[in-house]
Amino acid sequence: MIPELGQVALIGALLIALIMGTLPLIGASSGNQRLMKIGQTGAIAQFLLILTSFVILTWAFIVQDFSVEYVARNSNYQLPMQYRFSAVWGSHEGSLLLWELILCMWTFAVALFSKNLPDDFRARTLAVLGWVSAGFLLFVIFTSNPFGRLIPQAADGLDLNPLLQDPGLIIHPPMLYMGYVGFSVSFAFAVAALLGQQVTRDWVRWSRPWTHVAWAFLTLGIALGSWWAYYELGWGGWWFWDPVENASFMPWIVGTALIHSQAVTEKRGTFRNWTLILAITTFSLCLLGTFLVRSGVLTSVHAFASDPTRGVFILTYLAVVVGGSLLLFAIRAPAMVQGSNFAGVSRETLLLINNLLLVVMAAMVLTGTLYPLLLDALDAGKISVGPPYFGTLFALLLVPIAVLLPLGFYSRWQEDSLGRLLRELLVPGIAALIGGLATAFLLPKAGSWGIAGVAGAFWIMTSCLRYYRQRVSAGRGRRPSRGETGMILAHFGVGLFLIGASLTNAVSSEKHLRMVAGDSFELAGYNFVFEGTRGVRGPNYVADEGEFIVYKAGKRVTSLYPQKRRYANGQVMTEAALDPGLTRDLYVGLGEALNDQGTAWAVRLYHKPFIRFIWIGALLMMAGGFLAATDRRYRRSVTARSENPVADANLAEATA
Amino acid sequence: MTPTRKRRLIAVLLILAGVGVASTIAFYSLQQNMLYFQSPSELAQQPIPPGRQFRLGGLVKPGSVQREGESLTTHFVVTDGPEEVTVEYVGTLPDLFREGQGVIARGALEESGMFAASEVLAKHDENYMPPEVADALKESGHVSMQSKDEG
Repeated sequence: MIPELGQVALIGALLIALIMGTLPLIGASSGNQRLMKIGQTGAIAQFLLILTSFVILTWAFIVQDFSVEYVARNSNYQLPMQYRFSAVWGSHEGSLLLWELILCMWTFAVALFSKNLPDDFRARTLAVLGWVSAGFLLFVIFTSNPFGRLIPQAADGLDLNPLLQDPGLIIHPPMLYMGYVGFSVSFAFAVAALLGQQVTRDWVRWSRPWTHVAWAFLTLGIALGSWWAYYELGWGGWWFWDPVENASFMPWIVGTALIHSQAVTEKRGTFRNWTLILAITTFSLCLLGTFLVRSGVLTSVHAFASDPTRGVFILTYLAVVVGGSLLLFAIRAPAMVQGSNFAGVSRETLLLINNLLLVVMAAMVLTGTLYPLLLDALDAGKISVGPPYFGTLFALLLVPIAVLLPLGFYSRWQEDSLGRLLRELLVPGIAALIGGLATAFLLPKAGSWGIAGVAGAFWIMTSCLRYYRQRVSAGRGRRPSRGETGMILAHFGVGLFLIGASLTNAVSSEKHLRMVAGDSFELAGYNFVFEGTRGVRGPNYVADEGEFIVYKAGKRVTSLYPQKRRYANGQVMTEAALDPGLTRDLYVGLGEALNDQGTAWAVRLYHKPFIRFIWIGALLMMAGGFLAATDRRYRRSVTARSENPVADANLAEATA
Repeated sequence: MTPTRKRRLIAVLLILAGVGVASTIAFYSLQQNMLYFQSPSELAQQPIPPGRQFRLGGLVKPGSVQREGESLTTHFVVTDGPEEVTVEYVGTLPDLFREGQGVIARGALEESGMFAASEVLAKHDENYMPPEVADALKESGHVSMQSKDEG
């Protein structure tokens, strides 16, 4: 009975979403206050209903209600309690419900924190979010209902995919979805602006913190995914250019472009249309990502054939969202005013170049991801695009981005001189030279990409530190704003990421070998001694656990215990063991037993220098995003501000 | 032409040139990194010259997996029913590699006709059959080992 209530709640939420999508729009065009207010009430009601339905599904997992098909397929009696929670979003139906829940949370937050906005604009924004939600709920209810019954009830469930039985996977999807769905707010803002045919700088200012927060969550989600793949998949890699990874990376790239474009629109009024286009594109890519991953299209376009309703629905939904908003843009955008002019050397130009590079990068990833699908759909052969395609192009595009990045925040709005910029960047230039030379000298293995990566990182990080110090002394005791501090922090993170990415790829060592108890192998100065294996038992698996003692220069560094697990449902999983460190990770993966007695094993040993810098860099980017979102100027009342153009001009001056 | 217009024209030309260069590099790189998928039957009909990289997919023939004593070298036979290809791989095999299961191997043929794999993939859970493999098996009429499609 209870699961049916969950379904009723879903249907109720759909009806509310439809009302939210229509009545407030009518109200906004006719000036009817009462109709416009429905948006806020609807957002709350919708959130409560979806929350109820989500809690009911979670409850079904906790009490192991195997009469619900989704529960029976993704859980069993031996599944530990913490994974019963994450099993809720462990598969298709539940993860869509999580997506919808997070969308409702964002909508609720918008309803709560938009009191400063003009009523009609607020109503339109909520209406757009209502439409997004309605489309998604239709999809859930008609093609992916998580509350479907299994008759007769299963005696025991099938178990959650062992790959997903991991703490990293408990929080990865929610964080990723917080990011994906968070961009629906800037999307709704863009569409609402187009509907109302007005984009003022104040409204852009209002949408900026939302974009920052969504972007920060997406950064965290991607970083968690990469970290999880690194330690759980047991192959020592941190990014595989897998279509599923690309699906989350594309909105991140365009979202990054959006953040920079919004900065220009808020401060100078320029790039308005471009900001709108980017907001629409980012969210479209989020939808594309969700659906590519969730529809099974990526494993094969023919997977559509296994459930045509899902595939057709997905395509229709995407077409309506992308096509509809672009059509609206085509009709409305040319009518909107443009901002002030700018010179060839100015912050506007540099941010424009930033945007172009990022968009090209996103297009490159999109091409590589969709091209095989396209060929397959046309029956032109089955191909895959190898990681070197992405790796090479990514690195090539990263070069101009890294070189121009410090110029971006050193340059002045409207007009600047190249000579002044070059003088400012003399010190970072010297730092880059020192960093590059030091790498070439200390890590001869680094190669040209390793050297270039460290030089680029020093160039960026020194610029960040110097710029921040200058801002502190210019402020005469007053600290730089949170927006500025967050900006510097995020870019410093880019520097750390560069070090990690370039050095890890260039200097890592790895060895696959056969080892018998007592064998030892020296890798990158570390001596790995294999002590043998023993049997261990977990809650829902049995495992062979190897013991490796690692010595450096005769001194014991650590012991590592990699496992080869066999889960209750027969699946076999490698659980790698690693010893993390700031400058290096030691990593051991256990392959298969090579003889019947189980004394000889295939073993993978890795030495991964500076790999932690990748995730530390990403965490700083995230922190920068969150910090910038809390800037004081976002909290000031929008209406109060627009009545005071003098203060506006001063602010633009002060932050220039 | 007014100075503003001239500047805009230059900007637009620069952007076009940049996009042109970028797409040329991208297209070239895509061509370089495209790997075709072949089943043993397709390979028998249209031989691929030795040394050219492609992906070979099919089932691991039961009883064909042979390890060489002291090294990590493994030999196994990939089959799709009518045709088969012997594969050599040095390294640790993925967790889900099993006789009778679907695999995809990336590598190239040697002069001897043996396929030297640099990577072997056997993905996801046990119900999962790489879709290319499932299709290839269906085409070769070898339908006894179909994937249970779990979406």
